[in-house]
Amino acid sequence: MPDVRFEQIVKTYGRVTVLKNLDLAIGDGEFVVLLGPSGCGKTTLLNLLAGLIDVSSGRISIGARDVTDLDPKDRGLAMVFQSYALYPTKTVRGNLKFGLSSFKLDREEQERRIAWAAKLLQIEPLLDRKPSQLSGGQRQRVAIGRALVKQVGVFLFDEPLSNLDAKLRTETRLEIKRLHDETRSTVVYVTHDQIEAMTMATRIAVMNAGVIQQFGTPDEVYDRPANLFVAGFIGAPPMNLIDATVTGGGMKAKVGADGGEVDLGRYPFETRPRDGDAVVLGLRPEHFSTDGTLNGAGAARFSLPVQYTEKTGADATTYLKTGDRLLAVSLSPERVGRLKAGEAFEVSFPHDKLHVFDAGSGQRL
Amino acid sequence: MSTIVERSLAVAGAAEEPAAFPRRKKGISARSVVILLFLTMCALFFCVPLYVVVVTSLKSMDQIRQGDIFALPWSLNFDAWVTAWDKSCAGTLCQGVKVGFLNSIEILFPSLILSIGLSCVTGYGLALWNVKWANSFLFILFMCAFVPFQIIMIPLILITGFFKIYGSVLGIAVVHAILSMPILTLIFRNYYKDVPQEIMSAAMMDSGKFWKIFFEIILPMSGNIMIVVLIMQITSIWNDFLIGLTYGGIGTQPMTVILANVVISGMGEVRYNVDMAAALLTAIPPLVIYFVLGRFFVQGITAGAIKG
Repeated sequence: MPDVRFEQIVKTYGRVTVLKNLDLAIGDGEFVVLLGPSGCGKTTLLNLLAGLIDVSSGRISIGARDVTDLDPKDRGLAMVFQSYALYPTKTVRGNLKFGLSSFKLDREEQERRIAWAAKLLQIEPLLDRKPSQLSGGQRQRVAIGRALVKQVGVFLFDEPLSNLDAKLRTETRLEIKRLHDETRSTVVYVTHDQIEAMTMATRIAVMNAGVIQQFGTPDEVYDRPANLFVAGFIGAPPMNLIDATVTGGGMKAKVGADGGEVDLGRYPFETRPRDGDAVVLGLRPEHFSTDGTLNGAGAARFSLPVQYTEKTGADATTYLKTGDRLLAVSLSPERVGRLKAGEAFEVSFPHDKLHVFDAGSGQRL
Repeated sequence: MSTIVERSLAVAGAAEEPAAFPRRKKGISARSVVILLFLTMCALFFCVPLYVVVVTSLKSMDQIRQGDIFALPWSLNFDAWVTAWDKSCAGTLCQGVKVGFLNSIEILFPSLILSIGLSCVTGYGLALWNVKWANSFLFILFMCAFVPFQIIMIPLILITGFFKIYGSVLGIAVVHAILSMPILTLIFRNYYKDVPQEIMSAAMMDSGKFWKIFFEIILPMSGNIMIVVLIMQITSIWNDFLIGLTYGGIGTQPMTVILANVVISGMGEVRYNVDMAAALLTAIPPLVIYFVLGRFFVQGITAGAIKG
C-alpha cells in the first residue's frame, strides 16, 4: 500500500489563494482525516489528489510515482463522493462494473471482484436494482463498493456520511473503519465532523484557511492542540478560551480585572512567557473538577454564579458567568438538575489539563 | 389545563391564515371569462382554416363550385385524398405526393441522425469537459443562431457543390445539421450542465474516456431532452420547404416541395379538394409525432427546471 505526499502545493483561483505552500505526508496504510470548517480547502486538497482539479504549483506523489500531471483514472485511486454520485441509469452491478472500466480485466475477474465487494458490503440482493430504488444507506454502500472493486491502494472519501441520518452514520462509520482494517489501504477522508475524525483517523490534519494547523493523532490533537484554532475547533462543547496576563515571574496568569489567578507553575512551557505578556488559557469543559476532590491542589479555583444549564442526554453543561463571558463546565446530568441560576458554583481545574497559548500568534506555549 | 391552553394557542397561530383567507370557490369570474374568450379566439384562428381545409378535401368539385366554403360535404368522399396521394401531378410527373413522402422520409433520418448526433456530442463536450475557449465558442454559436438562412444560402450551395453532395439526400441532411447546430448545441449544453458534477467526477475517475462516458453514462441520462429535440427536429425537417427546394435535386425533393408543385401546376380548373387533401397528407406526420410523443415533450421541457 502506497504512501501519499503533497509537496509545496499551491492552488489559486484567479486572485484567490485556496492552498498556500501546503506540505503533507501520509504514511502507508494510514487513515488520515482532513478536518476543518467549510471553505478551509480540505475538499480542494482531496480533489487535487484525485486529479479532478489541477495544482497551480507543487508536486503530488503516490508511492514512488509523481502523479501531479496524471489523469484521474491513472492515479490508482478510488473515491467515494458526498452525494454518492451513482450512475442513475445503471444497475448496482453496472455501477460496480463501470468502476472497473479503466482496468483491463477479463469478465471472470470482473465478476469475481463484484461478488467479493457485494459480499463484503452485504449488497448482494441489490445488485440488479437501480440507484433510485435504494435507500440512502444502501446507496452509500454501493458507492463504497464501486471504490472497493478497484482494489487500489488509496481510497478517498469526500464527506461520505453527511447525507445519512445519525444512526446510519454511526453504523457506516464503523463499517468504513472495519473496511480499512481489513484492506489495510491508505485512506484520505474529508469531513467537518470532529466525531468522525476522532473515531476513525489514525492521524488528523486540522485545516483552516488553506493551511494545515496541526497534523497529529486524535489524542495529540485533543491533548496538545498546536494553536488556538485547533483548541477551539476540537472538542464539544468547545474549549473555554480565556484572556489572561502573565504575572509573578511567569508563574501565574491573572484573569481579567477581578477574575482571580491561575497557577502556571507546573505548566510544561516550551517557551516561557514574561511578566505582562498576554496569553490565552484553554480549559476544556470536561476537565473541570466539580466535586471538591481537587480542592486547593488545582491550577485554579473559581466560584462563579450559574448563568444557565444545558442537558444533552448523557452529558450536561453548565455555563458560569465570569465578567462578561461564560465558562462552560461539563457535569453529570443529575448534578446539573440540582443547580439553580444565579447560585454560586465552585469548580477547580487540574494542572495537567491546562493549555496556554500566546495571545498574539495563537501558538501553544 | 395548561397544556390545552398551550396547544390551542399553537393551533390558533397556525390556523389564523387559512381562516382569514378561505380558499376561493371555483366559479366564473370576470378574469376567467376574459381568459377563456382570448383562448377561444386563439383556437379559432387555427381551427377555422383547418376546418375549411378538412371539409373541402372531402367535397366533390360540384359542391366546391357552389362556393359555400363552410358547408359540410354532401357525402363523405375520399376520392380527392386518393388522387392527391397517388395521381396528382407535380409538374409533368403524375404520381401524387407519395413520391414526396418517400423522399421526405429518406431525408428525415439522415438529417435527424446528423443534426442530433453532432449537437449532442458538442453540447456534452462543452458542458462537461474542460474545453479551452468553451464560452467564447458558445457565444459565437449563439450569434450564429441569429444569422438568417437566406444570407448563407448561396455560399452553402457552392460549398455543397464543392463537396459533390449538392442535390443529394446527404447534402440536404448536412445543411439541416449545419442550420440546427447552434440552437441544438445550446439546448444540449444547458441540459448537460445540470448533470451533477460529482457523477462526472466519478466517471472521470472510473473511466476518463470521452466516448465511453458519453455512451454509457450521459446518453442514457438524456432521454427527456432527446424527445424534445426529436420532436423539434422532426417537425422542422418535415415542414422545411426552402432547404428542400434549394438543395434537393430531381428525385430528392421533400414532400413540401412536391406539394407546392402539385398546387401550382395543373391544367383546367383548380382542384381545390385535391390540393387540400395533399396539404393535409403533408401535415399529418408531424401531427402524429406530436400526439405520440407530446406527453414526453412536456416532461422534457420541464426536466431541467427542477433537479431530481
